[in-house]
Amino acid sequence: MAIALHYTQAERALRAEARAWLAAHVPAVPLPSFDTRAGFDAHRAWERELHAGGWSMVTWPREYGGRGLNLVEWLVFEEEYHRADAPGRVNQNGLFLFGPTLMEYGTPGQKARFLPRLAAGDDIWAQAWSEPQAGSDLAALRTTAIQDGDEYVISGHKIWSSRAVYADWCFGLFRTDPASERHRGLSYIVVPLSAPGVRVRPIAQLDGEPGFAEIFFDEVHVPVANRIGAEGQGWEIAMATAGFERGLMLRSPARFQRTAARLVELYRRHAADCDPALASTVAQCWMDADAYALSTYMTAARLIAGGRIGVEASLNKVFWSELDLAMHRAAQSILGARAALMREAPDAADAGGWVEGFLFSLAGPIYAGANEIQRNIIAERLLGLPRGPA
Amino acid sequence: MDFTFTEEQTMSAQALGELLGDVCTGADLRALADGTLAGGAGRWQRLAAIGLPGALGPESAGGMGLTEADFVLLAEETGRAALPEPLVAHAGVAVPMLAELAAAGVSGGVPEALERAVSGAACVVVAHPLEDYIAGVDTAELALAGAGVGQVALCRRDELRLLPQASLDPLQPLVRITLPAGRESLLPGAPQVAEGLWRRARMRTMVFAAAQMLGLAARMVGIAVSYAGERRQFGRPIGANQAIKHHLATVQVKLEFARPVVYAAAAMLADAFQAGGPAAALPPLVEARVLQAKLAAADAADLAARTAIQVHGAIGYSWELDLQFYAKRAWALAALNGNRNQMQRRIQELLFGGGIETGPDRLFTN
Ligand SMILES: Cc1cc2nc3c(=O)[nH]c(=O)nc-3n(C[C@H](O)[C@H](O)[C@H](O)COP(=O)(O)OP(=O)(O)OC[C@H]3O[C@@H](n4cnc5c(N)ncnc54)[C@H](O)[C@@H]3O)c2cc1C
Repeated sequence: MAIALHYTQAERALRAEARAWLAAHVPAVPLPSFDTRAGFDAHRAWERELHAGGWSMVTWPREYGGRGLNLVEWLVFEEEYHRADAPGRVNQNGLFLFGPTLMEYGTPGQKARFLPRLAAGDDIWAQAWSEPQAGSDLAALRTTAIQDGDEYVISGHKIWSSRAVYADWCFGLFRTDPASERHRGLSYIVVPLSAPGVRVRPIAQLDGEPGFAEIFFDEVHVPVANRIGAEGQGWEIAMATAGFERGLMLRSPARFQRTAARLVELYRRHAADCDPALASTVAQCWMDADAYALSTYMTAARLIAGGRIGVEASLNKVFWSELDLAMHRAAQSILGARAALMREAPDAADAGGWVEGFLFSLAGPIYAGANEIQRNIIAERLLGLPRGPA
Repeated sequence: MDFTFTEEQTMSAQALGELLGDVCTGADLRALADGTLAGGAGRWQRLAAIGLPGALGPESAGGMGLTEADFVLLAEETGRAALPEPLVAHAGVAVPMLAELAAAGVSGGVPEALERAVSGAACVVVAHPLEDYIAGVDTAELALAGAGVGQVALCRRDELRLLPQASLDPLQPLVRITLPAGRESLLPGAPQVAEGLWRRARMRTMVFAAAQMLGLAARMVGIAVSYAGERRQFGRPIGANQAIKHHLATVQVKLEFARPVVYAAAAMLADAFQAGGPAAALPPLVEARVLQAKLAAADAADLAARTAIQVHGAIGYSWELDLQFYAKRAWALAALNGNRNQMQRRIQELLFGGGIETGPDRLFTN
């Protein structure tokens, strides 16, 4: 172990292999939004194609459809993936949140049952945690799963579940002990969205597409074998998942570096019309995207050396979400009046997509734990300031 | 690809941190600033005893043969303590520059100076020809200077004309220095080598200034956090209020995302220096990373300083509090050797002028 900031022969070979495969397979025309029926199906087909090429979940063991790569190799793959402008991952919550959780807490039987289908895109997963009265205060959740023989009977109401409109399964947090309060008495249970008693109501996002949904559970029966981990262990497992979500995998730095590169290009094209202050903003965005990437390389190296990701995941969450917003706001400034045009507008030209990206970047400081909550966590658990509301 | 320090690197930094915790306390700094204690109470000798002045000196000259990647954590520790002595300028910049001069076959007192600098017997500072002011002159016996970047001269302090400046940082007062007239270059007829040496010196100065600012920022956050836990208003610690928490969390985010940039810059610099001689051009990405490191660390330290003062209220605005020593060092380091404006402009030249390629696969020089 020592700092060596250059790629090994094997890492270069991996990069070349990924680049060649992506060049041959990434669709020439971007797929429609995965928040539409047609787009969802096209993205599922893309997941299957990725899987057939062996690229769907490169860090997983081969037995579950992966390549057994380490986190640095994963970063190399992600760099190529975003460099190629490959499609967004419709199954990202399954792959990056549920998958690692299952790897850590699932029984061998559960892993064999879910992981290969997850990797192959056969099952697309949604996360069912938030409830109307339990957002930032997730421990206030009330949806119950009451054991009845070898089944749980689930009743209640989840909301804001991304991609639940067309997804096959959800992984949720439910109250298995109805007398319990707060973090105790919760369990982590997976539910097929096709089960009798499940009703999904789409909710349109700022771009007008039904990107998330409410899920109503009316006495939905699932086998006890659908519980991941022990009864009452749900909170612990969910917090491990939250670490993945805020931390390393869900928001790989390559995505932001690609946006930063596009922003630099956009600025170069329009520099003559720009206020000099914009040059400084754009340069700062480029630097911050690279800073996020360097930080991820450092974390990856630490994890490879046996470390764990902890509260510092909250630092990541704040940084990438604010960076994404800053980049899109800078692009809006450069675009002038075209910053008010959506992608399909006849005059959109190189404004196309920046506006949609701007809208989505507004969600970054909210989902995966709002940034105010992340700052509370940083202050209390990382810096050691006194706990409690004020 | 590996981005972890060795155990040896982190342990040496920890040992230095512990030593400075003993010999460079807030009370020591105050005594020095108030003029009640002269000469640093033998601190330089303590640092010399563990070989630090010669950290980057070649082993053949009695040094430790370390690289910029090794020294970056040590520089961070000197920042955390706001060490008054110019150890970083000496060990991090002057000694490698003397070693490079010696390796280029320069005599003119260079090998002797290198040996005395490595052992710490003589303190050497670097007066970059394009920099107006330098710190630490009163501790130094020798200075590397030049009438322009095409020349390098090694001067005794008593040969230089010194114009001391009333300075923001009371512990590292600044001086404008002027070379004695007609001073010959140690590298006559090789201005490109001299230029290369000055370029390297400046890059090292910047990356180690960045490292010091990481240490300073962390120190200031620590001071503010402990005060926020103790000071009570409205019947509770002020740190229980979200406004205070969020201010400090924001500083911590800035600091923790400056850190990897500084470490990467040091490692990339070490690699680039090893790959080519002093006259070799620096890859634009390496230069940009070094500038970015100084910019990011300066922004973090500046925010830490302003936030820590705000968290303290009136006492934060008083001379009474040791916080001022860390804040003032941070602001001085940020202003010297390229301030925010100068670095932003150069980075923009590199980025928009096409010197740097952007994209997810362009993080390192590969
Ligand atoms: C695009 C998107 C996708 C999502 N996908 C999913 C999903 O797939 N599955 C899922 O379960 N959930 C999902 N969510 C929900 C997300 O997790 C919640 O929105 C989030 O936890 C915040 O909860 P809330 O919306 O109820 O806001 P609230 O908790 O009501 O918060 C509203 C505001 O008050 C602030 N606030 C709340 N409490 C405090 C406090 N103690 N201190 C300071 N400020 C506070 C918040 O920071 C926020 O600014 C998604 C959200 C979005 C926007």
